[in-house]
Amino acid sequence: MDIAHFLEILWLARIPILKGLGMTISISLLAICVGTVLGVFVGLALTYGARPLRWIVRIYTDFIRGTPVLVLVLASYYVLGTIGLDLNPFQAGILALAVFCSSHVGEIVRGALQSIPRGQTEAAKAIGLTFPQTFAYVLGPQALRQVLPAWVNTAAEMVKASTLLSIIGVAELLLRTQEIISRSFLSLEFYFFAGFLYFIINYAIERFGRYVERKTAVPS
Amino acid sequence: MTGNLLEIRDLHKSYGDVEVLKGVDCTMVQGDVISIIGSSGSGKTTMLRCINMLEEFQGGSIRIDGQEIGYETVGGQRRRKSEKEIARQRALTGMAFQQFNLFPHMSAARNVMLGLMKVKKLSKEEARSIAEKWLDRVGLRARADHFPGQLSGGQQQRVAIARAIAMNPKLMLFDEVTSALDPELVNEVLQVIKTLAQEGMSMLLVTHEMRFAYEVSNRVIFMNQGRIGEEGNPREMFHKPRTERLSEFLKTSSFN
Repeated sequence: MDIAHFLEILWLARIPILKGLGMTISISLLAICVGTVLGVFVGLALTYGARPLRWIVRIYTDFIRGTPVLVLVLASYYVLGTIGLDLNPFQAGILALAVFCSSHVGEIVRGALQSIPRGQTEAAKAIGLTFPQTFAYVLGPQALRQVLPAWVNTAAEMVKASTLLSIIGVAELLLRTQEIISRSFLSLEFYFFAGFLYFIINYAIERFGRYVERKTAVPS
Repeated sequence: MTGNLLEIRDLHKSYGDVEVLKGVDCTMVQGDVISIIGSSGSGKTTMLRCINMLEEFQGGSIRIDGQEIGYETVGGQRRRKSEKEIARQRALTGMAFQQFNLFPHMSAARNVMLGLMKVKKLSKEEARSIAEKWLDRVGLRARADHFPGQLSGGQQQRVAIARAIAMNPKLMLFDEVTSALDPELVNEVLQVIKTLAQEGMSMLLVTHEMRFAYEVSNRVIFMNQGRIGEEGNPREMFHKPRTERLSEFLKTSSFN
């Protein structure tokens, strides 16, 4: 392995790599944000929804969670077009990842809410809080602390899943890397480098999660 | 209306096919301290929980200060009041639970302040000063900024009592508040309740502490299989039970 040669090619390819990295980060960020917001609603519906709503949402989450992300990505790009919803690869990819993310976050939120003892709700009721107040001040903050570790995992999964968008032609980090490799033939070096960048992103997410966990920890 | 603080008429409550309250009547006036005793499954806790609508009930009525709790009759149809109205009515009573149920993510002071700020709409400063006053009253002023996880069971229960009573309820409900406590912590909690009773707080206590019920209450209700088996003043009840069931119950309980 010729380090000097690799560094030279890396320098020449810096713009596409940075663009790919930027794309990967935007995809992940968007998918995580949209997926989390959707997921909170999914979790609420699973926990507190009236029966018909709960069943519909339950079918949604089970179906999505049981489907490979790649299938969702391909379906959202190739199938939605046939029913008149024409999305470009970027939009289709975000949609697929966000939907996938929402089903996971929904389950995490449901689990956290259901693990809070019933006495908490009763105590809140007993001092005269309405349900929205109970959720905002009593259940939500407790659920948030429980959700955090699992949410960080899901966020990291989303970053990894973003590589699948290369298949429908979104020029994210993996696709850019493959383009560079096809010109330079330095496959080992550049795959390794791309892997390193993914690791950095996920490491940052994990550190951020730890930081929030520490900040919100309840003294005992 | 009568001057009764609490008026329960023919209260019926079932879980599915199982009827746990089979027509309970009970009245109390301002300043009454009533202990509800009886074996487990007799319906004591359920009755208490109906009073602040933590349980729904299918028949009968409960009035606090003349206000019908939980249900209204419109055009001959009995229906549940709006959630907002029920939430407002729940603030008429304060409740302390067997498991304390403090909010673990808030300091002791915050636990007390939450209802004052969100239900009574007091400012943070007002709420804080009321919280400190009540924490002081239960002997925990110095622990105001401790979290529940940093307090002993007895201390947690005292905070929970302060949280309920700071809301200035007309009636306090105590649901086996010492049952989850280590024996050496029971007394500090009972002492707090006793002081409140002496100051004229109206209260309804479900308890297994017979000695305490005897000392603190002016009336005792013995629940038996979903009905009131016997009621009267504690002296008569404990020394001269009129029914076979009560005398059996007292024999197996710790009162002696």
